[in-house]
Amino acid sequence: MPLFNKVVVANRGAVAARVLRALNAMGIRSLALYSDADRHAPYLELASETAHIGGAPARESYLNQDRLLEVARLHHVDGLHPGYGFLSENAGFAQRVENAGVRFIGPSPRWIDAMGHKTRARSLATQHGWPVGRGSDVLAGDPADVLRAADEIGYPILVKPAAGGGGIGMLPARSPAELLEVVERAASMAERGFASHEVYLERLVERPRHVEVQVLGDRHGHVAHLYERDCSVQRRHQKIIEEAHAPEMPRERIAPLLTRIQQTLSSLGYDSLGTVEMLLAPDGEFRFLEMNTRLQVEHGVTEEITGVDLVQAQVRCAAGASLGDVLPEAIRSNGHAVQARVYAEDPKRFLPSPGTLTAFLPPKAPHIRIETGYRAGMDVTPHYDPLLAKVIAWAPSRAQAIDRLRDALDDFAIAGVKHNIPALSAILDSEEFRRGDVHTGLAMQVVNRQKAEATQEQGKAWQ
Amino acid sequence: MAMTQLKADVTGSVWKIVTSAGQALQPGDTVMILESMKMEIPVIAEDGGTLVELHVAEGQAVSEGQVLAVVRE
Repeated sequence: MPLFNKVVVANRGAVAARVLRALNAMGIRSLALYSDADRHAPYLELASETAHIGGAPARESYLNQDRLLEVARLHHVDGLHPGYGFLSENAGFAQRVENAGVRFIGPSPRWIDAMGHKTRARSLATQHGWPVGRGSDVLAGDPADVLRAADEIGYPILVKPAAGGGGIGMLPARSPAELLEVVERAASMAERGFASHEVYLERLVERPRHVEVQVLGDRHGHVAHLYERDCSVQRRHQKIIEEAHAPEMPRERIAPLLTRIQQTLSSLGYDSLGTVEMLLAPDGEFRFLEMNTRLQVEHGVTEEITGVDLVQAQVRCAAGASLGDVLPEAIRSNGHAVQARVYAEDPKRFLPSPGTLTAFLPPKAPHIRIETGYRAGMDVTPHYDPLLAKVIAWAPSRAQAIDRLRDALDDFAIAGVKHNIPALSAILDSEEFRRGDVHTGLAMQVVNRQKAEATQEQGKAWQ
Repeated sequence: MAMTQLKADVTGSVWKIVTSAGQALQPGDTVMILESMKMEIPVIAEDGGTLVELHVAEGQAVSEGQVLAVVRE
């Protein structure tokens, strides 16, 4: 079956490079795009053709739908891969791409739309027997109703944007006294961030783990799962260390969830790569969080343990291939993989740190995989997210994978911007992480402990 | 009367100015929000006071350490 003649990658940096490598491996011609800031970016060298799409700010380039569609037409592409971020979960854009006769390499727009609205996604999950925590519908204006809804759920409460995602714009409320003000603030943040003031309430789970399930569907009603990942190590609700499998997770505990998700999405006809995100509360209960209808930043750890190239599989399914022709008959897993996200940011305060990379030398070692969009001499601009590189380590056991990752981070030479390798290393070294005692508060716990120790050392030096 | 300069923590751009010159500020009030690498960084008047000078406009690029506004305590 012919796949695509030419695919445009509507993204930049590490994910553009990742998708272009997959297209090259399948012999599909490619078009890479660049803004003013990415004129000399290394990912462009992987593409058959390149096109300039606009100024450095994302809204003038990677978010500029009209320009992207114009370039797709001028270059006669028949597929568009959105990567992650930018327009990857914009149902309106996906529909415009399809209307232009170009296949959007992702799910049908109706799926993006259904999962993009968080309370609608929650009710779909509830209907199909997925575990869902207590929560409300989108809040209407009446303060008495808001307070009543919160009382039914119980405090502490998390106020979340209905059109949001990725952990942005969520605010906790610990008592009725502060609830209404928090709701108002959250609604105004949601309006700014997602152009919708709709917010809803969820029971706040303290110290949860973040466990997610990778799925792949074709366009013929088949869906497979490719096991789970643990992405509990986060700062500001953004993942920084991810692994597969989830540590300290007996198979009999996760297997029913994997099967249930696979069966539901199969019966509903989910038709692309996707990830179902769950919180795992300290009480051992899973709770549905959201479904991402795109490739994830952390897809590499799943690839490392299953041997499946998820991007190639996604492209083949989008072209109409059947899951049976794309995946091995039984998807097996082997060993353990851990990924660290190296960000250009201050390791203590987690603030972004743009600048010029005067040195940038990623480590090379067996079973170490690097995904990056940078090379030495390039500017890290304030226009895009601060990801410098993903470092992925595979080994037969979790302990060995952590050791390999730790060594690789030590060997990563970066100068010219501040970076978070000291924080990543401290987390990988911590006893809690080593024994698999992970939760979303762990990163801050380790960093704060380090700060306290440093202060103590300083105190001693003065005595 | 002490004057405090509010400086940019990061290189980026001014995303939104949520106050105006002459406005009274409570301690901890947000004066403006910077944007860098997809992150919003609020600029906060820790001690409150009166916003006497505003040195930047929305959309303007700023460098780390640049004076953004002046508050009189």
